[in-house]
Amino acid sequence: MHVLEGEGVTKYFGGLAAISNVDFYVDQGEVLGLIGPNGAGKTTLFNLISAALIPKPGIVKYKGVNITGKKPYKICRMGIARTFQTVKIFANLPVFDNVRVGSLFGTFLKMSPAEAEKTTTDLLEFVGLSDASNIPAKDLTLANQKRLEVARALATKPELLLLDELMAGLNQTEVAQAMELVKQIREKGITIIMIEHVMRAIMNVCNRIIVLHHGQKIAEGTPQEIANSKTVIEIYLGEQTNAGS
Amino acid sequence: MSTTGLNLKKLWVPGIYVIILVFLATLPMFGSAYSIIFLISILMYVILAVSWTVFSGPTGYISLAPAAFFGVGIYTSATLGNDLPFTALIIIGGLISTALALLVGALTLRLRGIYFAIFTFGLVELIKHTLLWYEVKFTGTRGRFVVVIDNETIYYALLIVLAVLLITAFIIRRSKYGLALQSIGEYEEAASHMGINVTLVKVLVFGFSAFFMGAAGAIMATRWTYVDPYIAFYLLFSFMPVLMGILGGMGQFYGPIIGAVMVTYLEELLLTKFPYYYMLIFGVILVVAILYLPQGLAGLIEKMRRRYLGGERART
Amino acid sequence: MVTFLDIVIAGLLLGGLYALIAMGLSLQYGVARVLNVSHGEFIMLGGMLTWTLYTVLGINPLIAVVICGPVAFIIGFAMHRTLFKSLLGKSPTVNAFEGSSMLAAFGLLFIIQNVALIIWGSELRSYSYLQSPVDIAGAIFGARRLVTLAFAVVIGVAFYIFLARTRMGKAIRAAAQDPTTAGLMGVNIDKVLAICFGLGAALAGIAGVLISMCYPVHGVMGLEYTIIAIIVVVLGGMGSIPGAFIGGFILGIIGSIVSYFEPGLALVAYYVIFIFLLLVRPKGIMGK
Repeated sequence: MHVLEGEGVTKYFGGLAAISNVDFYVDQGEVLGLIGPNGAGKTTLFNLISAALIPKPGIVKYKGVNITGKKPYKICRMGIARTFQTVKIFANLPVFDNVRVGSLFGTFLKMSPAEAEKTTTDLLEFVGLSDASNIPAKDLTLANQKRLEVARALATKPELLLLDELMAGLNQTEVAQAMELVKQIREKGITIIMIEHVMRAIMNVCNRIIVLHHGQKIAEGTPQEIANSKTVIEIYLGEQTNAGS
Repeated sequence: MSTTGLNLKKLWVPGIYVIILVFLATLPMFGSAYSIIFLISILMYVILAVSWTVFSGPTGYISLAPAAFFGVGIYTSATLGNDLPFTALIIIGGLISTALALLVGALTLRLRGIYFAIFTFGLVELIKHTLLWYEVKFTGTRGRFVVVIDNETIYYALLIVLAVLLITAFIIRRSKYGLALQSIGEYEEAASHMGINVTLVKVLVFGFSAFFMGAAGAIMATRWTYVDPYIAFYLLFSFMPVLMGILGGMGQFYGPIIGAVMVTYLEELLLTKFPYYYMLIFGVILVVAILYLPQGLAGLIEKMRRRYLGGERART
Repeated sequence: MVTFLDIVIAGLLLGGLYALIAMGLSLQYGVARVLNVSHGEFIMLGGMLTWTLYTVLGINPLIAVVICGPVAFIIGFAMHRTLFKSLLGKSPTVNAFEGSSMLAAFGLLFIIQNVALIIWGSELRSYSYLQSPVDIAGAIFGARRLVTLAFAVVIGVAFYIFLARTRMGKAIRAAAQDPTTAGLMGVNIDKVLAICFGLGAALAGIAGVLISMCYPVHGVMGLEYTIIAIIVVVLGGMGSIPGAFIGGFILGIIGSIVSYFEPGLALVAYYVIFIFLLLVRPKGIMGK
């Protein structure tokens, strides 16, 4: 049984299909890459999974259970967590509290305040933000804010993590660190779907890649297959790919 | 670090509140009759301003309904005053206000904040019209007379309600629900994705805040010996808490308290001499505060505290 | 005996007024993003000013339209240029601006209302003008009401043409859709927003003149009209001016029907519709 499965997922905005009839699946422990030119519908797909939007028509199933149309908080508690393309941290709260929120509300089984604090401390260490515990989140650098979002998402103890352009806006060193972080998350046994433009990261980390274009799935396969696919190369010709591809 | 644990450094703030409350409790023994009456006004407005801030402060959802809940409390006392003891009136007034708030919240808090704001804005008029129609059609009379209660009882009743409000609000703020409220105010979409049932939290806190407004109304009803829908449901009682909350600052507990004390004092000064001018002045103060004091006086104080006492301290 | 036709026509008369005030508010909220809860106060000012002009200076209310409209426009324009533009600059997000501008308008409500109470006192003011009855298909109406309806429709249509055909109208529609891009396309956004706000105020002022011809006016009359305007805007669809126009007439007819059976329950009926919209279709008839 796939951890996450989508059948015929479609979403119209007015007359325009942002996502059109996309089937996809992810298996336990995989890192699935989601790539495509800007506007291809990648973040929309994430929104449809995390229930920020509702597919119409289409079905999304998590561990065999139909989660289409459920509220976002329920989906989080079931085990799906995400980060956002434009960082959506709680700017005026201290870093510690940003992560603590996740552990207090987002887990499948309720955590006691003490457990939540321990989880938070551990996660801050995991992402390397222990020193920044008391700083208001808005005062962090972009790279650190992204790490904070990851820690916050992990605090909800997810089985599936959706990473939306984790590496956007990061320099070479920061990208390498982020890639390392993703690998460590995978080692914890968490399944990951990541939207990325940084090809180096995608090719290095992912087991499998799905390519979207104009809301449709146009290719799917291993990094090797995708790199050699004529269709994919064509749509990326003339597109700005990020440094390091 | 942690904001739920108790440590000695954090105890001096609640300590001050306790001292002030104790002082106020003993005041009737040596204060003049006039000072009691004046303090009654202050206590009433502090309750309204603080309960308004408890919800609208952290979430950013502007409620213009305090007058509606306050009016419900007044009307409860006016209607049931002959049949029930004072304490029961206060609790029932509070509960009916809460019920109304839960209803309004369930309707509007699922949607964008603007729907909530405009629904609460018209709520006072709606209730007023409904009651007027009902009274004309069914009871044949308009308005009713209120049982008289002495000032000292009113004073202590308000003080107890305020104490309960402050204690419970404090506990909520320090609990995980306080954190949830703040997260909702910071970024509601992210909060809902982190497992917070944002609609439920908003509705419950809104209902909670309404209780105290209704209770205050039930206590204050006796101030107007004769009550009718026009008197009980008066938009000014939505304006004042908003003004006090914004002027005082919604980020800290003492913000609305400062705002309430200052504005009530000003009202006392201006009311007799310039009946219409004083409301005009308050309108101007509100606009000026929104423009130039967005964090209120409390925000200003916090800014100075950080600048002169050093160190960056995140809002806890 | 009151016939169904009477009720419908009375509803249209009321609806014309509602359409005017709702279009004004729709402009202010839809384009300038200001939920102007002091909208009704501009209506009140229009009415009170007309009363003064007629009873003190003997100026014909229909002429007063030409005076009060521009005066209201200027006040609204100035208000936006000073207060709301400043707020816009200080607000980090659109949501924050919507909140703080509504609160500022709330303050304005009390300022304007109390200025009026100081100038005119709190009694009801009325005058008689064009009261001669007119017979339409057996129903009798004061000429003044028909003039009101005619004005409302003419202004509404003229306004619609203005938005659809003129350069400024197109700039307004562009700004309503996407202020940033419109600004990049050369539209002077600041000016357009202020003009929209002023136009909204002007519509309110004109509505106030017309209302004063048919009903007594007083310093605290504004609030109820503000609430009605808000409900019409929600009904018609937030940000849709044609929606506000249609919604106004719908609500007017409903109000007329309800008032026939239960006078005094009209506002409650409007709120019931509001609640229904919130439950079923918050974005209204023509909302995006």
